[in-house]
Amino acid sequence: MKVWKYGDNINTDMLFPGKYTYTCSTAEEIKPHLLEDLDSSFSKQVKVGDIIFAGKNFGCGSSREQPVIGLKAVGIKAVVAESFARIFYRASINQGLLLIECPEAVKAYSKGDNIELDVDNGKIIVSGKMFSFPKLPEEILAIRDAGGLLAYTRSKLKKK
Amino acid sequence: MSMTFVEKILAKYAGEKNVVPNQIVTVHPDHLLTHDNTAAIIQKIKPELKEYGVCDKSLSIIVLDHVIPAASEKTATNHKVIREFVRTHNIGNFFDVGAGVCHQIVVEKGLALPGKLLLGSDSHTCSYGAVGAFSSGIDRTEAASLMLTGETWLKVPNSIKMTLSGKLKLGVSAKDVVLHIIGDISASGANYCSVEFHGDVGQFSIEERFTVANMGVEMGAKNAVFLVDDVTKKYLGSIGISGSSYDPIYPDGDASYMQELEYDLSGIVPMVACPHTVDNVKPASEMDGLEIQQCLIGTCTNGRFSDLKIAADILKGKKISPNVRLLVLPASKKIYQDALRAGVIETLVESGGVVLPPGCGPCLGAHQGVLAPGERCLSTANRNFKGRMGCKEAEIFLASPATVAVSAIHGKITDPREVIKK
Repeated sequence: MKVWKYGDNINTDMLFPGKYTYTCSTAEEIKPHLLEDLDSSFSKQVKVGDIIFAGKNFGCGSSREQPVIGLKAVGIKAVVAESFARIFYRASINQGLLLIECPEAVKAYSKGDNIELDVDNGKIIVSGKMFSFPKLPEEILAIRDAGGLLAYTRSKLKKK
Repeated sequence: MSMTFVEKILAKYAGEKNVVPNQIVTVHPDHLLTHDNTAAIIQKIKPELKEYGVCDKSLSIIVLDHVIPAASEKTATNHKVIREFVRTHNIGNFFDVGAGVCHQIVVEKGLALPGKLLLGSDSHTCSYGAVGAFSSGIDRTEAASLMLTGETWLKVPNSIKMTLSGKLKLGVSAKDVVLHIIGDISASGANYCSVEFHGDVGQFSIEERFTVANMGVEMGAKNAVFLVDDVTKKYLGSIGISGSSYDPIYPDGDASYMQELEYDLSGIVPMVACPHTVDNVKPASEMDGLEIQQCLIGTCTNGRFSDLKIAADILKGKKISPNVRLLVLPASKKIYQDALRAGVIETLVESGGVVLPPGCGPCLGAHQGVLAPGERCLSTANRNFKGRMGCKEAEIFLASPATVAVSAIHGKITDPREVIKK
């Protein structure tokens, strides 16, 4: 498992350039361009189970769900950041990508540290030090547990 | 219980007497805005659309603006698919290529009204706070779900009260005010929050309020709102909306805010947001002399009639620098026509400007003026992220229409107060 570490204000253009927004929408089309203008090694080297650590305001900028779909598709286990931009946060709930807002864990991390995650109990362990992060509200967990917003909506429509 | 603007409007839409920050509520928005991304949105729910149809054909507002006219077979096909969807599902509020930028259309057509709640799959949906509406950006998947069900959840945000007092100096505009604020509180300074503007805001037209509210998302805000006053009522009257067709919402005088900030407008100077974040703001005078290769006046932030008029007044009888391309994008067909009638377009073209069709143009880097490596663009848009205008080795600076127009003459970033003197 590799940890990819980035700074503050990682915006949607860095995560997935705007010039592709109307030509790439499936996971396969998105994957090669993930983080293209931020870290050209990412799309080539990322592996299932990798984690991203970042600073403040991760995902700021456009309403752009391609990076969320892409990060989920390449198998990113979680994005841990000091804070997230709200549209990116919602998009991640809707796609089932795990976001952990935990500034203390980000500050504690240094390159090479071992990371353990206990999502059910809201714990992240950075090199032996444990940090807590709040659980999502019940209403929101229902969306994630259904497998994302569209699956949740489909089951709601069927019940009607 | 005393409530802020956002608490009141979310309580109303949730059918609750009162709500508190961090509470999750279910709402049915009045409208859902989508644009060229409608093609990708409906693709997600093809079988459901066939089985259930859209939940309410009056919910959707669809505007083709992001890549218009189509730049490729792929984008042309997107537009075609959207037109077929509009016909099949009888969507009334559809605006095809050439109508304008989606956010301008929503306000100009009276689809965003005081006290209404709108969501849109575009981050600058927050613009409609200019007319006292609650509006916020969502993603494509949520837009797809809304088309089917008409409902979604919102978390009640904390509120920030920004009091703007004093009067702007000559040559300084609403764009400079919002850049100054973002520079002050940072690109995440209002994250997850509702921002209310109070104080001497009567001096700002709806067009200027639009510029400020539009950039609410650049400080991380969920929504940004100017409370309804005589300026709002007069504007709505001018587009044929009578006072009886809307119900303004005002915060209680003793509502509780997470943060209260005050800004002295008389102390604000022309500002420039430098690469590659919107909060990297400096006075234009400090950037004076930096060479630029492209200038852009337009977009949902500053493509309105008053913006084009300010630029034309500066450029009248003058030529832009031979080292600069000046791109002009009216934000809507109506603005384009008004500017044509007023001679504004003629002045801008005469000075060397190139007029692009009403839409987003090169703002998102898909077409119509992308940059080359090493180039600098001075733009009235709202974002200067690395790669935003199609090239990661180019630099984007953001400023007011006056700063861009004056700088276009010199081919260098220039404080507009050098020209605007009375």
